[in-house]
Order: sequence, then C-alpha cells, then structure tokens
Amino acid sequence: MRPRRGIVQGLLRNGAGVASALFIVFLVLVALFGPVIYSGDPLAISDSPMLHPGGSHLLGTDDLGRDVLAELVYGVRVSLFVGCVAAFAATVMGTLVGAIAGYAGGWVDTTIMRIAEFFQVMPTFILAVVIVALLGPGLLRVVAVIALLSWPQTARIARGEVLRVSQLDFVNGVRCLGVPEWRILFREIMPNAIGPVLALGTLIVGYAILLEASLSFLGLSSPDIVSWGRILSVGQRFLFSAWWLSVFPGLAIFATVLAFNLLGDALGDLLNPRRART
Amino acid sequence: MARYLRSRLLWACVMVVGIVIVGFLITHILPGDPVDVLVGDFPAPPDYVTQVRHEFGLDQPLSTQLGLYVANLARGNLGFSFLNRQPVLELILQRAGATLLLMVPALILASVLGVMIAVRAARHAGRGVDSVLTGISLVGYSVPVFWLAQILIVVFAVKLAWLPAQGMFSIRTPGTGLGVVADYAKHWVLPGACITVYYLAVVARVARSSMLEMLHQDFVLTARAKGLSERAVLWRHVLRNSLIPVITVIGYNFGYSLTGAILTETVFAWPGLGSLFITSISNRDYPVLAGIFLLAAVAVVIANLITDLLYAAADPRVRVAAPAAA
Repeated sequence: MRPRRGIVQGLLRNGAGVASALFIVFLVLVALFGPVIYSGDPLAISDSPMLHPGGSHLLGTDDLGRDVLAELVYGVRVSLFVGCVAAFAATVMGTLVGAIAGYAGGWVDTTIMRIAEFFQVMPTFILAVVIVALLGPGLLRVVAVIALLSWPQTARIARGEVLRVSQLDFVNGVRCLGVPEWRILFREIMPNAIGPVLALGTLIVGYAILLEASLSFLGLSSPDIVSWGRILSVGQRFLFSAWWLSVFPGLAIFATVLAFNLLGDALGDLLNPRRART
Repeated sequence: MARYLRSRLLWACVMVVGIVIVGFLITHILPGDPVDVLVGDFPAPPDYVTQVRHEFGLDQPLSTQLGLYVANLARGNLGFSFLNRQPVLELILQRAGATLLLMVPALILASVLGVMIAVRAARHAGRGVDSVLTGISLVGYSVPVFWLAQILIVVFAVKLAWLPAQGMFSIRTPGTGLGVVADYAKHWVLPGACITVYYLAVVARVARSSMLEMLHQDFVLTARAKGLSERAVLWRHVLRNSLIPVITVIGYNFGYSLTGAILTETVFAWPGLGSLFITSISNRDYPVLAGIFLLAAVAVVIANLITDLLYAAADPRVRVAAPAAA
C-alpha cells in the first residue's frame, strides 16, 4: 500500500486541495483566537441598528444593532463544532457498522445493510427539522440528529472497502499466521480501507455545516447562540432593505462548505484506489 | 427477473411499514402538546382541555392511537389537521400541485444540463474546461440554497426589478389561458433557478466521476480503435455504461424533491408543501407533519423502486445477480 508521505505530497500537488486546507486552518484559528483579534460582542445590542457596512462597524449592524462581523467571527465556532463533531460521530459509527457488515458477511451483512438502507430512505432534512422543532434547539441535539442520519453512507463505503481489501492475498497470509479475526479486521484490513471513508467524512463536515445553517435559518436555533444561519434568517426579514445581512453570512457558509468539499474531493482522488490512475 | 421484482417490491412494503411507524412515533412521542394549539393561548378551563383531548382521541394509550392511525391510513385517511380544521390528505393535495410545478421542470432541466456538462467535462478530463465545469458544479453543490435564493431576490427582484420576488402568481392580474402560464413562468424563474443549480451540480458530479471510471475500460479502447468519433464514443458507449449511478442520483433526487422544496419555498413564499411544512412546525400541527413526512419518505421508496427497475432494464447483470445488499 501507498506510504503516508505520498498523501501529503499528492495533496500538495492539488492546488484547490491546498487552498482549501489553508482556508480551513484559517477558520480554526479564527474559531480559537477570533474574539481576541476582533473584540466585538456579537450579542451586544447597540443604539445604531441597520448600519450600512463600513465605518466603525465594518460589515454593518442588524435590526438590533448587533455587529455583523462579530457575529461572523463567533459563528465560526458553531459551524466548525457542529460540522466536525457530527462528521466524526457519523464516520466512527458508519465505519464500525460497515466494517463489521463487510467482514462478517451472511445474515449479519444483510441485516445491517437493510437497516442502513432504511435510514437512507428517511428524508433527512424533514426529520431533522421535526426533531429539533419538537425537542427544542440545542447544538448537541443538532449534532446527534445529523450524525444519526448520515452514518449509512459511510457504512456503505466502509463495507465496500473492507470487502475489497479482505480479498487481497496478504489477509490470507496473516490469517495463516494465526492472528485472531478481530485483529485482522482492525489492524490489517481497516488501515488499508480507511481512505475513501476519510474523504467521505470530510464531505460530511460540509454537509453538516449546511444542515445546521439551514435549521438556524428556519429559526430552529437558540437565540443566545451566534450562528451564521440565524443571521441569514434575520436577513430574510429585511431582504428588501438590508442586503448585507444576507450577503456576508451566506458567503461565510458558502466558502466554508466549499473548502470542505474541495478538500474531500482532493482526498477522494488521492485515497480512492479505484480512481487512483485518472 | 420476476424474482428480482418480487424481492424489491416486498422490501419496499417493509420500508413503508417502518416509515409509518417512525412517522407516528416522532409526532406522538416527542414533547409538545397539540392540545395547547387547539385550545389557544387563553387559559382554558381543565374541563374543556379534557374534552378537546377526548374529542381527538389524544387520551387513548399510544398503542391504541397507533392502531387507529394505521387503520385510518389504510382507508386513505391521513388524519385531521387540528389547526386548519381540514383533513390532512385534502390539505396536502391542495399544496402538492404547487410543489410539483416548482420541482419537476427544475429537476428535468438539471438532469439534462448535468449530463451535458458531465460529458463535456469528461471529454476534456484534467484540462481547463474540465476544471471550470467541475468548479461550477462544486459551487452549486456547496452553496446554501436559501442564501442563493436571497441573493437572486436582492439582485433580480429588488435592484433590477426584472422578476417577481415572491409567490406563484401575481395578485392583481388574474388573467386567463396563456396569461396564467406566462405569469407562472415569470414567478418560476428565480426559485426554479435555485433548485436547478443545486441538482445540476449533484447530477454533473456523479455523472462525471462515473464516466471517468468508464473511460479507462477496455471497451472504450476498442470503440476508439474502431475509428468512432470521440463524440460517439462518449455519448453512445461511455455514457450508456455509466448510466447506473446517474439514474440512481436522478431517481434519488426526484424522491427527495419535497425536501429540496422546503427551503426554497420558504424564501420565495411559494405556496407548496414546503411552506405548509414550515407553518405546521411552528403550530405543532402533528397530523400534517406526520402526513408530509410520510409522503416524502414514501416518495423516496417509490423513486428507489422505479430506479431499481430502470437498473434492471439498463443492465442485464442486475437481473441475474442476487439482489441482497445491492
């Protein structure tokens, strides 16, 4: 199999991949240190509502006089948190389930994949909206819903990869040495099957960020949490008078999701053995 | 073939049963009392609350409610909207037309354009044209649809005033015949464009990568060696063989079109199922929510079933292979 070093080098050769990775690093820095660099309180209500961009409030203010730039800076945290935690949970869940299905085969495989298929039929967005609306808003709830509804995709890919790798000769070789089955699966097969799963995980981050923004846009987020989608829902009310309430937060969501999608694609090109030679 | 068909049909039925149960559970187990909506915001006497609860069968045990629900479903009764004082099925059918008028043209347009873009991109794989086309589809895939909707409104309705910002028909010009169609078309352009952009991106992405995988197969080399033009190789050989993932994604999108409609309909105040869904959420109108959920999920099952059958038509290997865990 390909050595690790190859991945970094390959990624460096992919311009879009590098740019998006750098942008994601920038976002992480903003999430960590943003409030230090830009000391605006995103929830502070001032006496100057609906200011146009420019001047003391660089990106303007909303209907309650809250600073849009400060809201954007704080909003990074929510987006990255939801995106990364949900994608991580979905990836872990999907990988385990898919690997077990692919390795065990037989009725275990059939049952698991049928359950996965059932989950995939569920209209994710409608379910997410209903659950969050009825349970009340909350970041962890949103994360849980997204993870619960996105693992089947990962399971499918993981299963396929485990099936592919477990047919390779070296697996039989290891088995002849008397290595226990669970060890073969987790130590020998998984490391060689994980590439496409990771690429998909990166794409799920983007998807989760988009879903969180959509829920907040529909007003399904708590008012004390600064989220990009929530600014957009304010923007919706003032679409005809305050364009900046829509343009900037939307751009932030768009750029972030695009970065994760580009990175996911770049990883997919590098790590997918079936696409290796295009 | 008959065996394949039977097993897919059976599985679809199992899924529908599962969906009915999930739909019932989410709306009956999650907190939030529909009685609150029925009696309104005023403090109601406890007697009245009990009476309302009884009137709608909300005082029965859950299992009884589920039994009643299933029995009613079997008779085509999706329940009664407490809030609208109207049967849910009637309410949904009233709104479904508007959603279909929004989604179907957009999905067809997106499928055609998406495949065309993919063929173009695959033909010039790795070169400038490919990067530009792939870039465009990635943008469509990443852009929040409600934001795109807002931007289109700001630019084309507010600043340029070329197109109407909201609704499906103008209020003032009731018009007849062609006038109505033109009015609808004018209102369709912005929301239709939003939906087209997203689905076009999805279709183009899948079609391109599926074609690229095919381009390296031996039969393509043979086709080229026969002296076929590149256009014939791509459209007749590569595309046909990469159709399965493309059919999947298109079928899947048709199934999911209701979901896609929600955000777009909200921004454009399009009077379809999406708007109905959102108002039902804020009013805790459980039967309507369950009805829309049911409809959306069953639409996916049906779309998947049709997709499976199209597979079998497109690829004889599917008919022979065991259908389990396809």
